[in-house]
Amino acid sequence: MPDTKTYNISFLVLVLILILCFLINISLGSVYIPLKDVFNSLIGATTEQETWQHIIQNYRLPKAFTAILVGSGLGISGLLMQTLFRNPLAGPFVLGISSGASLGVALVILGSSVFGGVFVTLLMSKWSIVIAASLGSFLVLLAVLMVSIKVRDTMAILIIGLMFASITSAIVSVLSYFGSAQQLQQYIFWGFGSLGNLSWSELGVFFIIYAIGILVCLASIKSLNTLLLGENYAKSLGLNIKRSRLAIIISTSLLAGTITAFTGPIAFIGLAIPHLTRQVFNTSNHKILVPAVFLFGAIVMLICDTIAQIPNSDYTLPINAITSLVGAPVVIWLLVRKRNMVF
Amino acid sequence: MSDKNQHIILKTKDLSIGYTSKKERIIVASNINIELHKGALVGLVGGNGIGKSTLLRTLTHVQDALSGEVFIAERNIKQFPALDLAKVMSLVLTEQMMSKNLSVFELVALGRQPYTNWVGNLSENDIACINTALIQTNITDLKHKRCFELSDGQFQKVMIARALAQDTDLIILDEPTSHLDMYHKAYILKLLQQLAKETGKTILFSSHEIDLAIQLCDTMIVMSKNQVVTDTPCNLISNGTFETLFPKDLIAFDEKTGSFRVKK
Repeated sequence: MPDTKTYNISFLVLVLILILCFLINISLGSVYIPLKDVFNSLIGATTEQETWQHIIQNYRLPKAFTAILVGSGLGISGLLMQTLFRNPLAGPFVLGISSGASLGVALVILGSSVFGGVFVTLLMSKWSIVIAASLGSFLVLLAVLMVSIKVRDTMAILIIGLMFASITSAIVSVLSYFGSAQQLQQYIFWGFGSLGNLSWSELGVFFIIYAIGILVCLASIKSLNTLLLGENYAKSLGLNIKRSRLAIIISTSLLAGTITAFTGPIAFIGLAIPHLTRQVFNTSNHKILVPAVFLFGAIVMLICDTIAQIPNSDYTLPINAITSLVGAPVVIWLLVRKRNMVF
Repeated sequence: MSDKNQHIILKTKDLSIGYTSKKERIIVASNINIELHKGALVGLVGGNGIGKSTLLRTLTHVQDALSGEVFIAERNIKQFPALDLAKVMSLVLTEQMMSKNLSVFELVALGRQPYTNWVGNLSENDIACINTALIQTNITDLKHKRCFELSDGQFQKVMIARALAQDTDLIILDEPTSHLDMYHKAYILKLLQQLAKETGKTILFSSHEIDLAIQLCDTMIVMSKNQVVTDTPCNLISNGTFETLFPKDLIAFDEKTGSFRVKK
């Protein structure tokens, strides 16, 4: 293609920005650590205070990696959904993944008053939230998948996903009605999303599932481009619509599902990053878009996380609020400036 | 006999088309026997709702025939895996594509999808095919334009180029001249005629431009209420087939000019 060369430079710049954001992200936090010691602890040399090394290696590094996985994963699953549903308003959660996860978590946190105490003490560990969220999103997704195999019209899947979302949120409402104030607060805090708190072992599990999702997405690049022509054309080009649709849905659910399970339902990134990328790169070609969305997602998430933790203070703002506060004006500005929406 | 058969690209045998629901079979048209030869420009005409689209959908295996068979290159269409079919038949449809942000080159390049590797990388041969298709449709100068910048006429040429790049013996177009002005209607059909002649591809299109089709087509398929007739335009005129196309209260076919006239 004639313009791949110009893209290479943009990619190089983006990678450099990503590395820069990564370094800024791990050198800023509630505790001030001199830049020299940040680097020292990264390369394994001794730092002035031992706690600093501990903070960098066991808190800030895993958090920065989580931010990269979350940003890129949500961006890519948003892109997949927007192309599959031919809808610029689609995001990673249109299939009901986050509402399924919310239901799972709500059952664990709020359900105690309904189901009694034994259940709760058994499940109140940190993994229980992760497992509940995964199970919840998995079950909702399974239902959507089963329907999607039967339904011929892709748009119907979108609406069915929305219907499942309303059913689950209705159940969550009922549960919150009976929940205590403390439980409600805990549930709402989960809903804010959080990138911290992941240990290296949890991050390992997270990464494996994420990587499978990315691989399925890479294998779908060609069919995504074919789908740009519309389903009938895609079919006439020999594309197996049902199989590609299934692959795209599976990739999205692996990515968005694990992210929601480990970090909570992080809003906005999945919807906005693909638009941001399309505006900047001005293309619909997924061979360019997928890696570009990956980089943009990771960069934006690192920046949002850096802001959310308010350097040198004890406060950490909800990451969900920051993503929208930072991201929305950027997307509005881009759309207004360009006049032509690229989709 | 076998020599003659080699030149037949598309053939139907006692084809019956329509829809089946749980309760009943709705037959749109039956007893359709068509033979389309290599390098022929074929126009499919008929009134609204007569079943042109159903016929095209059946010929392209979007839907199954009620009975009878469709052969493409002497092979039953049911025996074609999707990818093999994509290498013998390409389509130009009326449906709006989702993303008009692709460049003309990228869009035409999508025609090479059946031949490219898993990630869709273009080989030198692919690029040569794309450039040939651009030249054949006279749109090389539009190569780097984006599709939303094009007029309807230009866009239709791009879609034809995409079908050419797919490198198939048969191209089927569903109403390629709708939304176009008079000049571009003639331009597109003239282009199709030229392509059929120069590339030896068989080109089948449905259209409401009966007078243009009569002037340009080698063969015409005329669908009317009771029959589907395939013949050369000349024979169709002398047999009075076009008079069966529409109710006679408003318009009448004028054999001398080969077009319909409004009754005074």
